[in-house]
Amino acid sequence: MFRAVKSNQRIAVRRRRRISVRGVVAAACLWCAAVGNAQLNVTITDGQDEAVPIAVVPFGWQGSGPAALDLAGVIGADLGSSGRFAPLATSDMVSRPTQASQVNFQQWRTLDADYLVIGTLTEDTADNFTAVFQLFDVLRGESLTGFRLQTGRADLRKAAHRISDMIFQELTGIPGVFSTQIAYISEERRPDNSKLFRLIVSDADGENAQRIAESGQPLMSPAWSPDARRLAYVSFEGGASAVYVQTLRTGTRERVSGRAGVNGSPAFSPDGRLLALTLSRDAGNLDIHTLDLSTQVLRQLTTDAAIDTEATWAPDGRSIYFMSDRAGGPQVYRVGTEPGARAQRVSFDGVYNARPRLSPDGKLVAVVYGQNNTYRIGVVDPANGELQILTNGRLDESPSFAPNGAQIIYATRQNGRGVLASVSTDGRIKTQIASVAGDVREPVWGPFPRP
Amino acid sequence: MKSSLLILLTAATLSVAACNRSNTLPEDANAGADGAGADSGFSTNTQGGGGDISVSPLEAERQRLMQELVVYFDYDTADILPEFNALLAAHGQFLAQNPNTQLRLEGHADERGSREYNIGLGERRAQAVRRVLMLQGAGGTQLTTVSYGEERPTQTGSDDEAWRLNRRVELVYR
Repeated sequence: MFRAVKSNQRIAVRRRRRISVRGVVAAACLWCAAVGNAQLNVTITDGQDEAVPIAVVPFGWQGSGPAALDLAGVIGADLGSSGRFAPLATSDMVSRPTQASQVNFQQWRTLDADYLVIGTLTEDTADNFTAVFQLFDVLRGESLTGFRLQTGRADLRKAAHRISDMIFQELTGIPGVFSTQIAYISEERRPDNSKLFRLIVSDADGENAQRIAESGQPLMSPAWSPDARRLAYVSFEGGASAVYVQTLRTGTRERVSGRAGVNGSPAFSPDGRLLALTLSRDAGNLDIHTLDLSTQVLRQLTTDAAIDTEATWAPDGRSIYFMSDRAGGPQVYRVGTEPGARAQRVSFDGVYNARPRLSPDGKLVAVVYGQNNTYRIGVVDPANGELQILTNGRLDESPSFAPNGAQIIYATRQNGRGVLASVSTDGRIKTQIASVAGDVREPVWGPFPRP
Repeated sequence: MKSSLLILLTAATLSVAACNRSNTLPEDANAGADGAGADSGFSTNTQGGGGDISVSPLEAERQRLMQELVVYFDYDTADILPEFNALLAAHGQFLAQNPNTQLRLEGHADERGSREYNIGLGERRAQAVRRVLMLQGAGGTQLTTVSYGEERPTQTGSDDEAWRLNRRVELVYR
C-alpha cells in the first residue's frame, strides 16, 4: 500500500539513537506539523527523517468466516501514509498479541518498535461489530490509550479511520484527518474519444470513491460547505459556466448562479449562509461577489477592472482573500466583507501568486507560486508577506488545507497525467497519490465530520 | 546539370558557385518539372476555373472566412496580435453586413497556473476579440462570450507549441 523510501539501515541507526534521546524525540513529535492522508497507492516521496516505528498487530477476530475487515491493515496504511510513522511489516512480527496480557514488551523493543497497537474485532450480530484497540508505549511498557467502538458492517472502515485518528492525536497532539473526505475532479476519454468529467468524493485514503456529478462538459472548482453536507461546483453543462450547490446525501442540487459571463470560484462562508463567487456579468470584468443562499441577495465585493477571483474566507467570516492581477500579475489580496472595505495586498514575493487558500486557523495562505515557467505550491504568512515554497513540481496547482492545518493536498503532473499529492505544511513530508484511471485534479479537503 | 554548372563557372568564382549550387539546382528542377508538366497543369487550371465561375466570389470569401475561426494569444495577455487584425476585421465586417448572424466567442488559456485565473484570462481574451469585432461594425447583441479557461485544450502536450495553440479564442457561428 505504501512504501517508505529510506533504507532499512538508516532507519535502524536512527532508531537506536532515538532510544537514547527518547524524551527529546517525543517532545519533537508534538512540533512536527504533518498529518496523514492515505489514498489509493500512496507513495511517500519525501518522508520525515524521524518517522516513528509503530507495530499495528493484526486484530483478533471473533465471528463467522474470515475477518470482516483487516482493521490493522487500514490503520497501518493510514499512519504510514502520513509519513510520520513507519509501520512494522506484519511478517516481521514475532508474536501477534490481541490482549494486553499477551504483550511481551522486550520482544517489541528488540524489533525497534516504539509503539504497539493491538485489538480485536468481534461480530456481535450479523450487522453489529465491536472493535477494541489499545495503544502502548513499548519503551515504557505502559498503555497510552484504548477504546471500544461499536459499528455496523458498512462503517467498519470508518471505525478503522477513527482508530487511526485517535492514535495519531495521542502520539502527535494533532487531530487526525483519516476520517475526513476529499473531493476532486476527474477527466476521462470515452471510447468515442469524447471527454467525461466527474466530480468525485472519496474517503481521505481514496477508498469509497463516489461519483457526485458527471458531465460531457467541464466540471471544476469544487468547494465544501462547512458542515461537509454540500458541495458547490462549476459546471459547463449548459454551454456556459454556472455554479451549482449539491446536497451529497440526497443528490439534489440547485443552480445558484447562471448569470451571463463567468460564474466561478464558489466558496462557502464559515457559517454556510453565504457563497462567495466570481461573476463577470455583461462587461466581462471578473469581480468577487457574495450570494446569500437563502435570500438570493447578491453583493459585489470588489470593483477593480482587473481579474478578481478565487475567493477564500477568513475563519471569522469577516474578510475574504482572493487573487487579482490589478498590479500586473496575479497576487493575493484581502478585503473586508463590510460595505466599503478596501482591498489590501497580501503577497509580495514573486510575480505569480494565485489560488489562495487559507489554513483553518487563518494564519497561512497556500498559493500557486509561478516563476520561470514552473508552478509550485507555497505558503504565505499574511502577517509579514513571507513566502515558503513547499513543492518542486513543474505544474502544481489547486492547494487545499487538511482541516487540521498540518497538510496541504494539491494537484500535480506525472507522465503527462494529472495526479494528486500532498505535502506537510512545513514542506518536510510529501506523498504522491495515484488514481485508478484518467486525469485527476482540483482536490479539496473536506472539513472534520460533525457528529 | 552540366550546362548549368558551366554557366555558373563562367559567371562567378568557384566559391560563389559552391554557394549557389544548392539554390540553383532546385530552380532548374522546378523549371524542368514545369516544362514537362505544362500541358496537364494548364488543362487542370482551365477545368478548375470553369467550376469556380458558378460560385459567387462573396460566397468563396465567406467560405474562406468560415475556415479561419481561431485567434491565438501570447502568454498571460489578451492583446490581439497584429497578424490577426485583418482576419478579425473581415469577421467584423461580415457580422455588420449580416446583422442576424450570431457569433459565440470561446476564450481559452494554456494549462499553466491556476484554473480560475485562466477562466479570467479566457474571458478577457474573448472580450478583446469582441471589442475588435464591434469596432468593425458588429452589433453587441450578435456576440456572446464564454470562457473555458484551460478546461478544453485542443493540444494535450505540456510544451511551448501545445501551449501556444491552446491560448486562443474560437469564433463559433451559429
